[in-house]
Amino acid sequence: MTAARTLPLGTWLRVFARLFAVQGGYNYEVMIGNGIAFAAEPAFRLLPGGRDGDAYHAALARHSRYFNSHPYLAALAVGALVRAELDGEDPARIERFRTACCGPLGAAGDRLIWAGWLPFCSALGLLAFGVGLGAAGVVGVFVGVFNLGHIALRAWGLRAGYREGLQVAAALASPVLRKSPLHVARGTALVAGAALPLALQRLGAVHVWEALSPVVELGFAAVLAAVLAMVLARWQARIDGWRVGVGLLVLFVLYSVVR
Amino acid sequence: MIDVTTLAGLTLLGAILGLDMVSFPQAMLSRPIVGSTLAGALCGNTAAGLVVGVLLECFALETMPFGASRYPEWGPASVAAGVLAAVPAGGDGASRIAPFAVLAGLAAAMLAGRTLVWLRQFNALEAAKHRDAIAAGDAAAIVGLQWTGIIVDFGRAGAVTALLVVLLVPVRNLVLAQSTAAGAPAVLFAAVVAVGVGGGAFWKVVHNTRGYGWWMLAGLLVGLGVMVAR
Repeated sequence: MTAARTLPLGTWLRVFARLFAVQGGYNYEVMIGNGIAFAAEPAFRLLPGGRDGDAYHAALARHSRYFNSHPYLAALAVGALVRAELDGEDPARIERFRTACCGPLGAAGDRLIWAGWLPFCSALGLLAFGVGLGAAGVVGVFVGVFNLGHIALRAWGLRAGYREGLQVAAALASPVLRKSPLHVARGTALVAGAALPLALQRLGAVHVWEALSPVVELGFAAVLAAVLAMVLARWQARIDGWRVGVGLLVLFVLYSVVR
Repeated sequence: MIDVTTLAGLTLLGAILGLDMVSFPQAMLSRPIVGSTLAGALCGNTAAGLVVGVLLECFALETMPFGASRYPEWGPASVAAGVLAAVPAGGDGASRIAPFAVLAGLAAAMLAGRTLVWLRQFNALEAAKHRDAIAAGDAAAIVGLQWTGIIVDFGRAGAVTALLVVLLVPVRNLVLAQSTAAGAPAVLFAAVVAVGVGGGAFWKVVHNTRGYGWWMLAGLLVGLGVMVAR
C-alpha cells in the first residue's frame, strides 16, 4: 500500500462535518448508504476529472448503495473508502470491503456506544444530579462528557480509516475498540453504584411519612428500588423494565385519581 | 396554560431535539435528562423539568437503539414530559403531577417512535424517485435526498412536539384536578420505580463484565458515604 496522500484541510473538515448527518437520509432500502456517499463526496472531488469526471460519478454511485453500520463508526468506513477511491483500488475489492465491514462496525459501535459510553454518561448525569448540581451542571456534565467521546471517536475513525485504507481491520483491533468497552463498563458500574442512591436521595428529599424518620424512609425507598432492580435483572429475558415501570405508574395515577 | 410564543419555542426545541435523535448530529441532546430540563426552563420551572428528565432518563436506559431496531423517540416526548411538570400548577402541583408526566412521556416516546418509521418509509420513497440519478452518481440527487430527509425530520419532530403539548396539557390539568396524591409521595413513588428500572438497566449493561459486582459495590459505598457525610 502506498502512503496516503494528504487530504486538504478544507476537504477533511467538509467530510468530517457531513459525517454528523450520515443518517439524514436513513431508510430501510439502503440504510445509511446514501449518507456514506454524501459524507465522502467532498473527497471524491479530488478524483481525476474532478466533479465532471467519470471516476467521481462512479465512486458516488458505488457508495450510495446499501450500507449499514453504527453511525459514529461509519467515519472509519468513510475514511477507508475515500482512501481506496483516491488510491484507485479495484471497484470489486471496494465492494467486497463495503459488504464485509458492515457487521463488525455495527457490532463494535453498539458495544462501545449504546452499551458503553451512553450508559456511562447517563450515570454521570444522574451522579451530577445526585450530588446536587443545578440543571445547567447536570446537562453540561452529560452533554459535555458524552460529546467529548462522540466527537473524538468520529475524528479518530475518519483519520484511522483514511490512514489504513482497506486494511482498516487493523484499526478495528485497536485498543480504542478492543479494550474501551471493558473499562467503560467498569466505570459505568462504579458511577451507577454511586449515582442511583444519591439520585434517589435528592428526589425523595421531602419527608413523606411522619411516623418514619427521614433516614428510615429513604432506606425503605432504596430497598424497594433495589428489589425492583433485582427482579428486573433476574427476569431480564422475560420482562422489559420499562413496561413494568409503566404498569406501576398507571396504577399509581389511577389510584390517585379514583381514590 | 401555554401561550403561543412558548408553544412556538417548545415546538422549535422539540424539532431540534427530534432531529438530533437520528438525522443530525446525534449529540444525545434528545435524551430526557436534556430535553425535559430545557422544556422546563422554557416554561419557567427548570427544576421540575430536571426532576422529570432524571426520572425518564432511568427509563431511557432500557431502550437503547441497538442495530436497526425500532426504538422510542425521546426528543419530542422529553419536551412534552418536561412541559407537563413545569407548567404552573400551584402549590406542590409540579410534584403531584410528576408520575403522570413520566407516564405520559413514556407513552409519547413509544407513539412518536412510530413517526420515525414513517420518516424512513418516506425517505425510501424519495430514494426510489431518484433511483436512476443516484445510480448514475448524480451528486445533486444524493445531497438532495440527504437534505430532504433532514428537513422532513425537523418538521416531523416539531409537529409531533406541538401535537403532544397541545393534547397532553389539558389531560394533565384534568388529572391534576382529580388527583388526591400529595406531592412528596408522588415524586418518591416515581423515583423508586425509575431508580429500580434504571438499576435493572445498568445491570443489563454491565453484568457480562468481569468483576462488575465489585465495581458497583465500590460505587455504592462511595454513594452511601456521600449520603452519610452530608
